[in-house]
Amino acid sequence: MPFIANTSEQQEQMLGELGLTMEGLFADISPELRCKSFALPAGITEQQAREKLAEISLKNSTELIGFLGGGFYDHFIPAALDAITSRSEFYTAYTPYQPEMSQGTLQAIYEFQSVICRLTEMEAANASLYDGGTALYEAMMMALRITGRNKIIIDDSVNPIYRVMIDSYTRNLRIELHQTLNEGGLANRAGIYRLVDDETAAVIVQNPNFFGCIDDYSDIAEAVHKRGALLICSCYPISLGILKTPGAMGADIVTGEGQSLGMPVSFGGPYLGFMATRQKYIRKMPGRIVGQTVDTQGRRGFVLTLQAREQHIRRDKATSNICTNESLCALRALVYLTLLGKQGLQEVAQLCADKASYAYRRLTEIPGVNPRFHAKWFFNEFVVALPCEAVDVIGRLIEKGFAAGFPLSRYYDGMQNAMLIAITEKRSKQEIGMLAEALETVL
Amino acid sequence: MFIIYNQMGSGYLESVNPVILSKKIKTFGKIQMKLLYEKSVSGRRAVRPAPSDVPTSINLDSKLLREKEADLPELSELDIVRHFTELSRRNFGVDTNFYPLGSCTMKYNPKVCERIAAYPGFCYLHPLLPQLRMGGILTQGALQVIYETDLLLREITGMAAFTMQPLAGAHGELTGIMLMAAWHRDRGHKKTILLIPDSAHGTNPASGAIAGYEVRAVPSDKTGVMDVQALKEMVNDSVAGLMLTCPNTLGLFNPHIKEICDIIHGVDGLVYYDGANLNAITGKVRPGDIGFDIVHLNLHKTFGTPHGGGGPGAGPVGVVERLTAFLPVSIVVKRDDGTFALEYDRPKSIGYIAPFYGNFGIILRAYVYILMLGRAGLIRVAENAVLNANYIREKLKDHYDLPYPQLCKHECVFTAKRQAAGGVHAVDIAKALIDAGFHPPTIYFPTIVPESIMIEPTETESKETLDDFIATMIQIAQTAKTNPEKIKSAPLSTCVSRLDETMAAKKINVACVQKKE
Repeated sequence: MPFIANTSEQQEQMLGELGLTMEGLFADISPELRCKSFALPAGITEQQAREKLAEISLKNSTELIGFLGGGFYDHFIPAALDAITSRSEFYTAYTPYQPEMSQGTLQAIYEFQSVICRLTEMEAANASLYDGGTALYEAMMMALRITGRNKIIIDDSVNPIYRVMIDSYTRNLRIELHQTLNEGGLANRAGIYRLVDDETAAVIVQNPNFFGCIDDYSDIAEAVHKRGALLICSCYPISLGILKTPGAMGADIVTGEGQSLGMPVSFGGPYLGFMATRQKYIRKMPGRIVGQTVDTQGRRGFVLTLQAREQHIRRDKATSNICTNESLCALRALVYLTLLGKQGLQEVAQLCADKASYAYRRLTEIPGVNPRFHAKWFFNEFVVALPCEAVDVIGRLIEKGFAAGFPLSRYYDGMQNAMLIAITEKRSKQEIGMLAEALETVL
Repeated sequence: MFIIYNQMGSGYLESVNPVILSKKIKTFGKIQMKLLYEKSVSGRRAVRPAPSDVPTSINLDSKLLREKEADLPELSELDIVRHFTELSRRNFGVDTNFYPLGSCTMKYNPKVCERIAAYPGFCYLHPLLPQLRMGGILTQGALQVIYETDLLLREITGMAAFTMQPLAGAHGELTGIMLMAAWHRDRGHKKTILLIPDSAHGTNPASGAIAGYEVRAVPSDKTGVMDVQALKEMVNDSVAGLMLTCPNTLGLFNPHIKEICDIIHGVDGLVYYDGANLNAITGKVRPGDIGFDIVHLNLHKTFGTPHGGGGPGAGPVGVVERLTAFLPVSIVVKRDDGTFALEYDRPKSIGYIAPFYGNFGIILRAYVYILMLGRAGLIRVAENAVLNANYIREKLKDHYDLPYPQLCKHECVFTAKRQAAGGVHAVDIAKALIDAGFHPPTIYFPTIVPESIMIEPTETESKETLDDFIATMIQIAQTAKTNPEKIKSAPLSTCVSRLDETMAAKKINVACVQKKE
């Protein structure tokens, strides 16, 4: 079923006008270059496809009560969001290269950039990057360009998934990458201050960090700036409904994973990387940027701007190679934040914190289950120390119908017994109670 | 009162009172849309979160909290739905108009793929689940989709294995060049140079440079394909490899392709296939059969997944056998008992390039598309894409100049040199097409053709649509001679006329942010 409109008769007619056969259209490709094999199955109809895929989808369990987070969260998604973003004028369009016929996408991206700026209290945002991890990598590269230095310091309380990505991307580059080890669940200030020097391009931190702990990095920002370096902060956008903003802390580049803003977890993607910075660094920023301007009659309109930074103009001197980004996901994030509004986002963030705080108390009442860190404040995620290996406990809880959390031993030495638990507004008091009871029985 | 922030940092560019703004707009005839922030009414609400069911509310340390609430717009659900519905009407998509944007393969995006991607078993599946003990068994369906898509792509391209992780085409390019670098490092090669034809997409040199290579451009010959003689002169032991799009951005298949691969292999280099234009040759040629070592595919081009107004896409990368050890972790494997699992133990791997397994929702759509089309369908795609492009080339060749008049593949590239001599440039022709209800072709790319107009109709368009487009292009060529001013004033049918891009870059305003107290 190739979705081809032309009938065989029309195809013949067109070939006739060209004076060619279908095979003749490929006469410029000599026989020895042709496919040696093309053993694909025969096509199927829509009905067959839907039945087959429904069957495959049932091999995935979405029945588990989920407490998995690690930077990727199961938040409530309003119906209006899907209705709006399912409009095919949005999703079947290309990158808005022709602004007169793309004002819908362009204004939406400008509004997305605006809400990201307001959420983070930064001055300029781009149109999106692939995900939170590549956004952090791009922020690091941007800091190298701004400072002309090549030393980066990253604390290990930053999402390990992002840290291993940064490690991969920098293997072929001359970058000095230093890692500090967290102190009781918070960024290692002493370690960072010892390493920051006049060669340092940036220090990278995260809030709330991978362990869910909340911090105020104003002091690190000040120390970093004294050395002429930048502070890069990765953040969880839902938390900014209540938490101190990276902008207020003095961060120079802010990035994050926007999945929580209306994207289902969808087995790893599509997600949404976002980036915001200070106005003075805008020309060093990667990715598409939409700017406001006027048309020939003085009417407001929007265009892709500062394109001289980009690959299609600057080629090997571009600020990034990014072309296709995550435009539709940015639209989802904008619609999500607009549907919640000022008060709604604050309420969702508070709900997450309240429920996590309740779950923390409930779970640490269980004999043998203890707080893993001394850090007092967390947002919607926290780490508990179990009396035995977390990997085993989590496995046993899956059999009881819970995706209870993530074992930190996967990324951290000496944390065999540590389990990271995430709570969103979708988890009820009852579900938290059920998890506590199940946990008690498997220990 | 909203304040538009000024790039110079010295203050504020202009303060806009929404009421005055709307009056000003109306004087110009067409109603200009307000921004969400200009529609915001203090206290108005849309979606409300469920009430709390836990006993107490936590009071976090106040120095960890934001001083005042995030300043988001305050609107009703209907306000919001109307706002975005109106925005959507200011957009063109494949579903609304013919979209022959060269090199972008704007084919029809089947609705069934959207439906399937929304199945709860796919979209509510947490990516960390298969990384837990006992978790893999609960994600067998998703792992099967990734595994089988890998197998299908191997057969389509002739490669030995794929990573599904790259999140877009350019991300695939970067991954591919990282694989190239890892292979050379492993073999102890000291290679610093990456060769790329002068007709390449801008992402190629950008990806090469970001991966740490010095990029050098290989010129095209007079027939429009890479100059083999020039390549021979540029090749030396420092050359790590070559990136090539085939058919190239002029829509031309390089007849010397095998020789080119041999030249690069002769200095222990690797040849990279940019799959942006695979739609032209699916089922006819496989990059793996003709000597390419690394391939990336744009699922959002060849395999019909929607472009989303600029993403999300997906850019899986395939490699030949000797490079498989370097593919990113993790990889989905099939065990002897028929179950699927993630494999992490890959000591030579380049590591992680995406947080999980790629843009799964996009991979899933492409999987459905390939299954539905099947072998015969994919061959018909290539044939009809090439037929449609050549039909346009033939019908317009008397009205616009063809710098390379030979048979083309998926797209044909004209130059508006003849029209430009009379003052009508490629951009003017593009804008005139908008008034006739067509999305313009790609213009001014590839840069090796002055005043280029790059038309890629795709296989899903009907002869009737192509005929309408052709008639319009001929009409524009005639009007360019008789009334060039008319074309230069286009478009007149859109909600805005031509926009001042210089002002956008000079007086930078990229966000509507409120004045700080």
